[in-house]
Amino acid sequence: MSSYMERSATVKSVAAAMNKQVFANKIEKSGEFRKEYQMKGSKIATLEDAIIKSGLKDGMTISFHHHFRGGDKVVNMVVGKLAEMGFKNLTIAASSLSDVHAPLIEHIRNGVVTGISTSGLRGELAEEISRGLLKEPVVFRSHGGRGGAVMSGELHIDVAFLGASSCDPAGNASGYSRSENAKSICGALGYAIPDSMMADKVVIITDDLVEYPNIPNAISEDDVDYVVLVDSVGDSSKISSGAIRDTKNPRDILLAQMAAKVIINGGYFQDGFSIQTGSGGASLAAVKYIRESMIEKGIHASYALGGITAHMVKMHEEGLIHRLIDVQSFDRVAAESIKTNLLHKGVGANEYASTAEGSAVHYLDMVILSALEVDVNFNVNVLVGSNGVIRGAVGGHPDTAAESALSIVVCPLMRGRIPCVVKEVTTLVTPGSTVDVIVTEYGIAVNPRRPELAERLRKAGLEIVDIHELQRLAYDYVGEPDPLPFGDKVVGVVLNRDGSVQDVIMNILD
Amino acid sequence: MMFIPGNNPAMMQDAFIYRPDSIMLDLEDAVTMAEKDAARLLVHNALKSIDFRGIERVVRINPLSTPYGRKDVEAVIKGGVDVIRMPKTETADEVRELEAEIEKVETKLGCLGRTRIMAAIESAEGICNAYAIAKASKRMMGIALGAEDYTANLKTQRTPGGAELLFARQTIVVAARAAGIDCFDTVFSNLDDMESFRNEVELIHNLGFDGKSIINPRQISIVNEVFAPKAKDIEKARKIIAGIKEAEAKGSGVISVNGKMVDRPVVLRAQRTMELAIASGILTREEAYE
Amino acid sequence: MEIKNAVAGTLESGDIMIQIAPAEKEGLHIDLDSTVAAQFGRQIRAVIEETLTGMGVTDAEIKATDKGARDCTIRARVTAAAVRATGVDVWES
Repeated sequence: MSSYMERSATVKSVAAAMNKQVFANKIEKSGEFRKEYQMKGSKIATLEDAIIKSGLKDGMTISFHHHFRGGDKVVNMVVGKLAEMGFKNLTIAASSLSDVHAPLIEHIRNGVVTGISTSGLRGELAEEISRGLLKEPVVFRSHGGRGGAVMSGELHIDVAFLGASSCDPAGNASGYSRSENAKSICGALGYAIPDSMMADKVVIITDDLVEYPNIPNAISEDDVDYVVLVDSVGDSSKISSGAIRDTKNPRDILLAQMAAKVIINGGYFQDGFSIQTGSGGASLAAVKYIRESMIEKGIHASYALGGITAHMVKMHEEGLIHRLIDVQSFDRVAAESIKTNLLHKGVGANEYASTAEGSAVHYLDMVILSALEVDVNFNVNVLVGSNGVIRGAVGGHPDTAAESALSIVVCPLMRGRIPCVVKEVTTLVTPGSTVDVIVTEYGIAVNPRRPELAERLRKAGLEIVDIHELQRLAYDYVGEPDPLPFGDKVVGVVLNRDGSVQDVIMNILD
Repeated sequence: MMFIPGNNPAMMQDAFIYRPDSIMLDLEDAVTMAEKDAARLLVHNALKSIDFRGIERVVRINPLSTPYGRKDVEAVIKGGVDVIRMPKTETADEVRELEAEIEKVETKLGCLGRTRIMAAIESAEGICNAYAIAKASKRMMGIALGAEDYTANLKTQRTPGGAELLFARQTIVVAARAAGIDCFDTVFSNLDDMESFRNEVELIHNLGFDGKSIINPRQISIVNEVFAPKAKDIEKARKIIAGIKEAEAKGSGVISVNGKMVDRPVVLRAQRTMELAIASGILTREEAYE
Repeated sequence: MEIKNAVAGTLESGDIMIQIAPAEKEGLHIDLDSTVAAQFGRQIRAVIEETLTGMGVTDAEIKATDKGARDCTIRARVTAAAVRATGVDVWES
């Protein structure tokens, strides 16, 4: 039995015993240069082929991310193709939808799309949905809530169509490209990651098909079924803005200075703290003052979370912030940084902000958030406008507020004649039990749950006012708003990050 | 003192959140002739309705020699203004003319003596008469330099160093001090050059001015920083104030600190330092005089 | 009261533009276009009516284009438009 030929009978019997096939030796090996060879990979397909091969059927759920923001072309391209192919009754599970997705209105009218779940909704689509366009209510989740729901299977995705700035034939995809054909850059791909891992089929749509290996990659080839090359996934100029533009709006500067004082004196401004700030004018400007104080006091941050911005990148490169954890890069500088800075890490939405212990928000000391409205119970609305029309996004607001040691909401007392500190928010997005401080240009209010915090801020010379006082002041200035004319049809459901139903949005009448 | 155009409701209604020491609503240069009537009504209604939270309300009216001046006086007094700023003041007689006009309106309203006057000096003649202007009325609370008109009148222009304004500035400070009223410096209009703005504020602070006119809330923090007393000055002042208390307790007229007698100018400066520290928000009144 | 066409105010944020024209029929007819109509339309109309009535203007067509003005601004703009429309000033001087 010294030759394998002699052992063939034994091989056969062992195979039978193990319930396996006998090796047939029918391998056809290609001698082609691998650079050309890889481009004939079996995952590469046209959009139509990928849709057919994915096994998508009427009534199924498809998903998208919003990393290309206002420049996104993927949603309209894919849903347009699906409509052309005759699909009906599809549910869109997007991480967010915006002004650019107005073409969905037609697809809803034609029955192609009958359900939507998202974090945000803006523009004409939001306006139509607020008036009752969709039969089924839109389901709103926070970024962490969505990430968690996708991972647990509560939000099941049949086919994910995920735009990427670069992808290799095996499916390794990224939010930037190192090739000379790079067309779009969005940086982190955090909202696409849970979908790539959990969707039954994953189609990557890219405008830069690069050579294997496209590393470091945000999405792994293991999770990818098809790779579709298109002319453009997004309008670069609308994906991310270039330079840092510091606000010159005096109100934002004032709010930023006040928010920075709360950060610096709140008790958590110690070596090794962690922080997240938003992309609003006041939030960005606050970072400037926080930076000055860090330098002055010799304090360093362990990590900044976000929503990373150019300011955070600068502070990371200066050595003030050790690490950056990024679910979505807010500007071009941040998008470039994730490509070049080793300690700037992209994470999935679940790792960013789900309720699972170990998500980054669990170790967050402080967060600065904005708001459309806050009420006397510290509840926050970032989703529905004061006219009752949906015009915002839940985002990571409830996630970071709930998990951070100190959550600060910055909000002007009024916008024009609209009071922003009200008796009751139009829609409950972030529960007041998770909001610690509200900063307005007319005064700072501290949640009565946190007397020790109020005491620390008072000791630092900040004037702390009762939230009811702020609300009364606002109504004194502009008058008490009349109730909004809502109808009796539910057009939106706001889920808490734990999956429970927190509030509903009714249709608005003219 | 923050300048706000008199025909801009949005800027008017929340100017006080930036906490300038005073707000000056402008009916003069910031308002076109066609809008004088509308701006006057806007300012009148703003004074009546908006709670400026204790911040001093100044209105710059049009000269009494124009068709707008007298109506402006009536409208702003009826609105309850604190100070009327008189533009392009050249003589003490002009101040007295305004005083008479104010008295006429106040008498009708039954609030005689409520409105104070600030005179802006914006010409060579005005500078020559600065002391007489400052002393012209018991209602005079301050004089201010208007540099644009003044430099034009002098046939020169403003330069970064401000040499062309030095005589006028010093004349105004001296006249104000002699008359026992306040003095305010002119505006600096380039908002993109905060460095030169700071230099100018430091200069006028050293010259002895009580304040600076500003055109944007972003300029406020720089003025406050420059005018805020330094920590060591506050400490020194605190010791002197303690010395005063001690002297009062002993019934002694002689104030001494660390065994050395303190002169009256030093006492006055210490009190002024404390008042500035309170005004700049460094100390509360209790902390200053505990 | 004799009324001619007049306008006051601007379309800046926080302001309101009031156009007054002679009445086609009896009473005050207010055509309001406001960014905050749902919450404050009723109050804006009330302030316009009250101000005009107080000035003795009882018959007029009013077009109001509001950009979130507060009551004191609405009062000032309506008064200015009415003064311009009637030629009767509110000041004694």
